[in-house]
Amino acid sequence: SMSSLRQYSQSSVLPLPMTRNPYTMPTISAFCTEDNVSECISYINREVSSLGFPLLCTESNNGPELNLVAVLNNVYNLLQLHRRCLQTVEDIEVEQVKSNSNMDYLQLSNTRLKDQLELSKRENTGLLERERQLQLKVKSLHNCLKNEKEEVQKLQSIIASRATQYNHDMKRKEREFGKLKERLNQLLIDKKDKKQTFEVLNYVGRSDGKRSLWKTGKTEARHEGEMYKTLLNDYDSRHKDLLMENAELKKVLQQMKRDMVTILSPRKPKDEVCDSSRESLELSCEHAREQLTNSIRQQWRRLKSHVERLDSQASLVGERANMNAIPKEVHEEEMDRLKLEIQQYKDFIHTQQQLLQQQLNSPCDDETASLLNDCYMQEEKERLKEDWKSFEEKRKNFEAERRNFTEAAIRLSHERKAFEEDRATWLKHQFLNLTPFGDQMKPQMSKSQSALSGCK
Amino acid sequence: MADGRSWSYNRGVNKSKSTQMCRNTTFFCLTVSLPAPPQATCVQYRLVVRDVNTLQILHLYTCLDQIVHMEWSSDSLFILCAMYKRGLVQVWSLEQPDWYCKIDEGSIGLVSSRWSPDGRHILNTTEFHLRVTVWSLCTKAVSYIKYPKACQKGIDFSRDGCYMALAERRDCRDYVSVFVCDDWHLLRHFETETQDLAGVEWSPNGCVLAVWDSCLEYKVLLYSLDGRLLSTFSAYEWSLGIKSLAWSPSSQFLAIGSYDGKVRILNHITWKKVTEFDHPASINNTKAVVYKEVERKPVVGSADLSIQQHITMGSTLFNTQSKYEICPLPVQVPVVKPDLDRANPKVGVSSMAFSSDNRYLATKNDNMACVVWVWDMQRLGLLAVLEQTSAVRCFQWDPRRPRLALCTGNAKLYLWSPAGCVSVQVPAEGGFQVQSVTWHCSGDSLILLGKEQLCLCYMEVGEEEEEDDDVK
Repeated sequence: SMSSLRQYSQSSVLPLPMTRNPYTMPTISAFCTEDNVSECISYINREVSSLGFPLLCTESNNGPELNLVAVLNNVYNLLQLHRRCLQTVEDIEVEQVKSNSNMDYLQLSNTRLKDQLELSKRENTGLLERERQLQLKVKSLHNCLKNEKEEVQKLQSIIASRATQYNHDMKRKEREFGKLKERLNQLLIDKKDKKQTFEVLNYVGRSDGKRSLWKTGKTEARHEGEMYKTLLNDYDSRHKDLLMENAELKKVLQQMKRDMVTILSPRKPKDEVCDSSRESLELSCEHAREQLTNSIRQQWRRLKSHVERLDSQASLVGERANMNAIPKEVHEEEMDRLKLEIQQYKDFIHTQQQLLQQQLNSPCDDETASLLNDCYMQEEKERLKEDWKSFEEKRKNFEAERRNFTEAAIRLSHERKAFEEDRATWLKHQFLNLTPFGDQMKPQMSKSQSALSGCK
Repeated sequence: MADGRSWSYNRGVNKSKSTQMCRNTTFFCLTVSLPAPPQATCVQYRLVVRDVNTLQILHLYTCLDQIVHMEWSSDSLFILCAMYKRGLVQVWSLEQPDWYCKIDEGSIGLVSSRWSPDGRHILNTTEFHLRVTVWSLCTKAVSYIKYPKACQKGIDFSRDGCYMALAERRDCRDYVSVFVCDDWHLLRHFETETQDLAGVEWSPNGCVLAVWDSCLEYKVLLYSLDGRLLSTFSAYEWSLGIKSLAWSPSSQFLAIGSYDGKVRILNHITWKKVTEFDHPASINNTKAVVYKEVERKPVVGSADLSIQQHITMGSTLFNTQSKYEICPLPVQVPVVKPDLDRANPKVGVSSMAFSSDNRYLATKNDNMACVVWVWDMQRLGLLAVLEQTSAVRCFQWDPRRPRLALCTGNAKLYLWSPAGCVSVQVPAEGGFQVQSVTWHCSGDSLILLGKEQLCLCYMEVGEEEEEDDDVK
């Protein structure tokens, strides 16, 4: 019992199980028992005094005595306190409910406002977009207006120039009219009208020597006939020219087709080319013409792609061609070295000859000396001959090599140049003639407008 | 009409009394005649006929009034001298010097006179273009053609001399009449769809007649010899239209020069535009060669030269040497902005000429009056540009070779050929100003007409050396 009381007294807060419902009282049985009355009393006294209430129990001679008034007061006070607390709790709870509902309301309004903001933002972007479009429209309308103004100015200037021209012509006509009126007046006054006269010593013959003919219906017919003959001759000659041109152009086209085929597939057997003989027979046929042009278009497309491929390879080849410059330098070095060798050989031969002369000139006993000399000479000669031969060979080889090198270098540069030129012309053709058989025929091909396009 | 071995030119002095200032204007008119040795000159009232090679006087005729127009007949046997003021035409014969013929138009007046292609008829246009009278030298027959139109080029004869096209205007409508020159039979008469017909021109092969409208409307109509309308061409509307027209000698191309400074080439098969040549103020990006005439100023000596030397120096000061320099591209061509408030403004392509071999076309744009443009007809592109120091007055192709002669009113003759161009000083005293240039039909010589002088220029075959003859 003492220990349980101590448990209770050590804590400032009553460790009684608190329930949610403030109106259910906790069980008070556990606090005070028969045993721990005095401790309870002292504890309660302490608590009450800390609250400012009068003491519950005072100490007297007989032991602790309960002050009934104080107890009742304390109870009353405690009840008051309790009531006030309850009130406060109620108030607080009301406040809490209020603030909860406020918060809910605020959250709702927040989401609503956010939605509104979102909506307004979207509307804003929409309006901005519209404004931008309208700006563009305004700009284009400005341009239109400017163009129209320019057009108007141009038309005004045209009108002005036409007006000056009209005025000028009118004035001229008026002047002429004035002159005519004057002349007419003059003629009316003048009475004597100078007639036309024609004086000639004698009539001359016609320039072609023929006699002039009377005008009859036959002459009229003759004139008509001659006129039509002239026209027909002209048409005939033009027709002939056009036929010739057509034939030439077709030949050229076929040649081009053949060339294109051979370029694109040089290894294939020339079956397609055999068609040309058949085609040449039926060239006037519309169908054959279409065939020819279609096949040329096809070949041309292939050739174009081929050239494009070549073009991409051309850059690589260009790089490779530069690499050949290196062996050229090596070749130069080689040549210098060989030249040096030749010079050395020449010097060697020269010294040999000198030594030989010295040998010949130096005194010695005749026979052996001469024999020895001969032998030496012979040996020398042989050796020299061999040396000379080998040197000659080397020289020839060197010359041949040098020639080959220079030829190769020249050929290489030519090939390079030719390739560059080819590439340039193919590119040019490619750019210029992207649709070579469209509505415009190149005037370089013929003096007249293409008959092919007219026959489509 | 002529393949002239001889020349005729005339010079008259015209004292106009009606103006307050008395002005002496001398003028030359030059016609080329058929193969015959003589060459004719007119001096005021006199007609002088000379031999072309020796310039020796062969005949001398006197006319009744000052000669305004002179023309050789196609067979070179007759010369027509027209005196418009008096309304007279006198014809002289070279075979019979005492033969005469005089046509007096009387009160009806005379504005133009010309030969017919057969050399035996004379066509006189009366004043106010009332009618055209066809006088015959062979018969008493006279023909009258009514309502001829007064326009830029109202009459044209076909090259073979068989047909004549005449522009007519009646009831405010334009018509074209085609006559057979043999007997003046009216072959065809048709209305043309023009507002105000400005000219007619036969193609060199005589089968097509080009008819064009006045500058207020860009329209070219092509009629066949039998009067059928073959085609119409109109490049644009409203702005001023055609200024000049030229057929290529083979009749393959028709060049149309217009006020917008462009030349449009039509082809004879479809009569559609093949290409158009523009004359831009700045030339770049072309294969053409630009020649610019550069004058070399003579160095004037110091003060201690004698007077005699000063005088000779003076004449050389007039005759500054010049040469052509090739200008690298881009080149700015000098442009003179025309006064558009005036009628017939100095803008647009006013003169064009094809070379005899069809290969070249020379053009001149009026607002770049110092420049002659030469176009290659095979390539249909610009070939050369010749920029002179002053306005080009006249240019003409050699009848035989692709060689162009031009003059700018100074004392020089300029020649261009595909090989290059050269500026030749005319060795004349004083200020000889070359006003016009005419080739002899053989292409071996040139005649340079000045104000009061005339210069014959012979071309050496092989080398281009010139000898000049002054004729006063």
